Amino acid sequence: MLRVIAVLIAALFLAGARPAAAADAINPDADFKAFRDYFTKKFPNVPLNDFVNGPYSMDAGLRKQWEAIEDFPPYDFAVDRGKDMFATPFKNGKTYGDCFPNKGIGIRQDYPYFDLKTGEVITLELALNRCRETNGEASYSYVKDEMASLTAYMAFTSRGKPFDIKIPNDPRARAAYENGAKYFYSRRGQLNFSCASCHVQSAGEHIRTEVLAPALGILAAMPIYRSEWGGMGTISRRFVTCNSQVRGVPLDPQDENYRDVEYYLSYMANGLPISGPGARP
Amino acid sequence: MASTIRVRAVASGDVTEVQALVQHPMDSGFVKDAQGNLIPPHHIEVVDFQHAGKTVFTALWGPAVAKDPYIKFNFKGGQKGDDISVSWVDNKGESDSLTAKIS
Repeated sequence: MLRVIAVLIAALFLAGARPAAAADAINPDADFKAFRDYFTKKFPNVPLNDFVNGPYSMDAGLRKQWEAIEDFPPYDFAVDRGKDMFATPFKNGKTYGDCFPNKGIGIRQDYPYFDLKTGEVITLELALNRCRETNGEASYSYVKDEMASLTAYMAFTSRGKPFDIKIPNDPRARAAYENGAKYFYSRRGQLNFSCASCHVQSAGEHIRTEVLAPALGILAAMPIYRSEWGGMGTISRRFVTCNSQVRGVPLDPQDENYRDVEYYLSYMANGLPISGPGARP
Repeated sequence: MASTIRVRAVASGDVTEVQALVQHPMDSGFVKDAQGNLIPPHHIEVVDFQHAGKTVFTALWGPAVAKDPYIKFNFKGGQKGDDISVSWVDNKGESDSLTAKIS
């Protein structure tokens, strides 16, 4: 009995210490290992690749419902719409495919990347709107509708491909990574929560009726159809609503800080498969 | 434009299980938009499933049915390879239909 308690105390200590260690260090490789170890130790029964399924990897009842939903997925319409949009040329005759490597098919796992020319993190959503702008089209709202349909289609064609995020040997790239980590672990809002409070410290716990998704691989299923939203939402939408839920003032979608967080989280998910688009309660 | 209907019908024994999902806003007419104006009602009124020229299921839907509705039912008599067709009509007279094979 005493031994069990000692192990529990050790586990609690680890649970408290690991994320802090990940936040303080500047070494992405060490962060990566600490981050992954934290989740694999906290959830020894969850297979590594299952973390991308978020709450469903944590709760058997939810998982059963989800499997029934996946029989007839609500994001299907968005994937179809995205496919149509990809096939429809802009006014100048070019298409989305012309803006991306491999015509935009099966490349979701490479985003976000650090652009050495402009010195900033380029997310998939940003790249899509820049593609529209360079082709003389108006940009889309980052949070839902068209943007979610485009990213849904791109994620769908990339399913199963492992995240492959690189941090080039450039001080600006490391600074972006570090800024993303800092934002992720910083408390904000009236509730004084950081992203990590829910998705690292309390992953797998209930928040009201919902189960908090683990931060490990949390972006792999994006964009998602959320029943609560009654529709599709992008990574931008998720970040904005997370901030307002802790009663903070959200940043603009695709703000540099959000892109850095996406960079940080995606790097932490390296090797985990893309599972998007997803369906969430 | 892709269809607003997804349908899957599976025959096992003499029972065919049909599932369908329809993309539709299903506005009830009681909800206001961000400017405070009522969003006019826009919802499906009739959904009809036909097999071998005969209606096997009719649903009368109204403002209380959720957005992008899902439906599931069983009927007797379907065979693998038969056609099953689905159609809906809404209160604005818009409609869509789709025919699929029973698998």
